[in-house]
Amino acid sequence: MSVSVSGAAAEKNPWRSHTARICTITPETPGVRTYELELEDPVERDHYRFAAGQFNMLYLPGIGEAAISVSSDPAGRDTLAHTVRAVGNVTDALARLGPGDQVFVRGPFGTPWPVAEMLGRDVVIVAGGLGLASQRAAILFLMAERACRSVTVLHGAKRPDGLLYGREYDAWRAAGVAVHTIVNEADASWSGPVGLVTDLLTDSLRDPSATTILCCGPDPMMMGVAKAAIGRGVATRDVFLSLERNMACAVAHCGLCQFGPLFVCRDGPVLPYERIAELLRIPQV
Amino acid sequence: MSASVPTVGSWHRLDRAGLQAVIDVLWLVGHRVVGPQVADGAIVIRDLRGVAELPTGWLDDQDGGSYRLRHDPVAGTFDHVVGPHSLKNFLFPARETIASFVQLNGSWSQTPPPAQVPPLAVLGVRGCDLAALAIQDRVFLGSGYVDEPYKSRREKLFLVAVNCRRAAATCFCHSMGSGPAAGPGFDLALTEIEGGFACEVGSERGAAVLAEAVAAGASIGGCSPEEVEAARGVPQALAARMHARQQGDGEPRPRSLDTHGIRDLLMTNLEHPRWDEVAARCLSCTNCTLVCPTCFCSSVQEVADLSGDHVDRERQWASCFSLDHARMHGHSVRSSTAARYRQWLTHKFAGWIDQFDTSGCTGCGRCITWCPVGIDVTEEIAAIRASGSGAAPPDGAAPAGAPEAGETAS
Ligand SMILES: Cc1cc2nc3c(=O)[nH]c(=O)nc-3n(C[C@H](O)[C@H](O)[C@H](O)COP(=O)(O)OP(=O)(O)OC[C@H]3O[C@@H](n4cnc5c(N)ncnc54)[C@H](O)[C@@H]3O)c2cc1C
Ligand code: SF4
Ligand code: SF4
Repeated sequence: MSVSVSGAAAEKNPWRSHTARICTITPETPGVRTYELELEDPVERDHYRFAAGQFNMLYLPGIGEAAISVSSDPAGRDTLAHTVRAVGNVTDALARLGPGDQVFVRGPFGTPWPVAEMLGRDVVIVAGGLGLASQRAAILFLMAERACRSVTVLHGAKRPDGLLYGREYDAWRAAGVAVHTIVNEADASWSGPVGLVTDLLTDSLRDPSATTILCCGPDPMMMGVAKAAIGRGVATRDVFLSLERNMACAVAHCGLCQFGPLFVCRDGPVLPYERIAELLRIPQV
Repeated sequence: MSASVPTVGSWHRLDRAGLQAVIDVLWLVGHRVVGPQVADGAIVIRDLRGVAELPTGWLDDQDGGSYRLRHDPVAGTFDHVVGPHSLKNFLFPARETIASFVQLNGSWSQTPPPAQVPPLAVLGVRGCDLAALAIQDRVFLGSGYVDEPYKSRREKLFLVAVNCRRAAATCFCHSMGSGPAAGPGFDLALTEIEGGFACEVGSERGAAVLAEAVAAGASIGGCSPEEVEAARGVPQALAARMHARQQGDGEPRPRSLDTHGIRDLLMTNLEHPRWDEVAARCLSCTNCTLVCPTCFCSSVQEVADLSGDHVDRERQWASCFSLDHARMHGHSVRSSTAARYRQWLTHKFAGWIDQFDTSGCTGCGRCITWCPVGIDVTEEIAAIRASGSGAAPPDGAAPAGAPEAGETAS
């Protein structure tokens, strides 16, 4: 599966939003909910395709728009899942909505995780906090494809109650996905490891030269993961990061998401580490 | 004089009445015509009805942080250069509705875009303006998604260009390959000559407008080969003076920029101490980005009417000098002025080449003139070249990597 902004998208008005209804809202972690959205227009619903790692612009009239990863299975045809942390204007307003309420959707935008090219490889998915939202689609895709040799999820959170999608780990494990979690600060409920997600990396790199790393989280965390993985023998070209930047248009017109010569909305959010390592090293690029 | 039926590539002789006829025809066929005029101490672009409104006899003295108009009885109609306005103000306006939503019975829907504005004709655009237009075309039309409001205005745009015969001290179009000769992309191009203008036809639409003006009784004759050659020589002579870094009549010499390997020069000097040095002078006021004819950054605001049932999504110019530009999680990715100046300069002269296969700078000099503290992109780049890593050795022996196409060392 490869997705590019061409063909049908090329002549599309990028500001056209499609109306959707909230089907279900699932509370995840404190302040974080997953919204299952259904596009109202059946033609649009049928036409809509996304790849794991891409995002939508969710819009509430009069309030504003926010970039949110699509976190459902890319093979799913009915609803689109978005896992959202309420942190500000749009996301707080979303948190006040309920099932049946209306949300506008533009998308999908951006580059996908390179999950279609994982034949015979070990895939290690490293997620810091909410980063896992964009990778859930990749996990579900890889579970269904069964083309790679192994899938390992390393998920770190500040506290145990920040670990995302806990209720799904059993299903992931049943499908052969190894899931390891770690927290910065333990509480009474926690018996697992305490530390940084990079601490989990060593044990998961059985065959570094055949391993691909898919990492999403805060910039410093991703740089730490990339360096640690490369230090343990993973090829630089096999490390992929998903970046987050400010964005208004999502189609490389508004310029807000620029990172060096890259438009994060179009050239990213998923980018090969090889391409951005030097830019990430320099503060405030 | 040769036959004077206007066709693409033909040259004609216009007096002021002939130019007036062209303006009249453009209004008559439904254009809004705008052109340079003196207002508020500057030459700005606004609605133009007659040649008498053009800034005949006015010259602009421009330098870092300074702009002054001066009357000169022997100056022509277009001997001023570019002012604070550019085509950007019209094709990519500072504020514009890009989507609208209405609420009816508790349900929102998106409404079709508003009726389009009349076609625009701009008189007096320069080589650097045409180059800036071609650059914004790549941004809004050529990168996958099409910006519809820009496209609809762009398609109907009628351009009457002017070949410059004078440069300001801030001009460096000769270094960026964008001027002082105008083109390509104009419908008609004027060169001031004794007693009027030589007018080159650049498009079928240009030919049709000129033919209409003739039909309306304007005396528009053909140009002899000698007159065409003389007219072509006008911007050529200026280009030669600019390359030689001379200027006539005691005016200051134009700036210049060595663009050899400029992309790599800037991208390998992201940690050069010069960024802190310029940041100590830069006010982060955003002026440079607002006057720059190619800057395209924008943000979107929600604008609701009193009932709250009608919402316009309004696109507004944004600037990489504002803290909001790279806002994330409540802070700015580029919190220091040094990082923001670096973003402006490296994007314009380096990142743009990766993104759009062209420099983002046309050498128009607006950012130099309108910077309140006179910060000068040519000076900043020269400083980095003089002392940065990978700096070009003297005598133009370029460092590894061939120069980009269209680059001109001067
Ligand atoms: C490609 C991509 C994918 C993303 N995927 C997801 C996802 O799956 N889930 C998700 O939850 N998020 C995701 N995000 C992040 C999300 O887009 C932002 O968090 C979102 O834009 C917030 O919008 P908002 O209007 O709710 O917040 P805003 O009001 O824009 O505020 C954003 C942040 O700024 C702070 N802030 C705002 N104004 C101020 C102020 N005046 N002073 C101090 N602080 C302020 C807020 O507290 C908050 O931390 C993604 C971003 C990108 C680029
Ligand atoms: S960077 Fe300055 S000189 Fe270059 S096009 Fe923009 S305003 Fe003109
Ligand atoms: S360079 Fe000059 S014009 Fe640009 S932001 Fe700084 S002070 Fe303002």
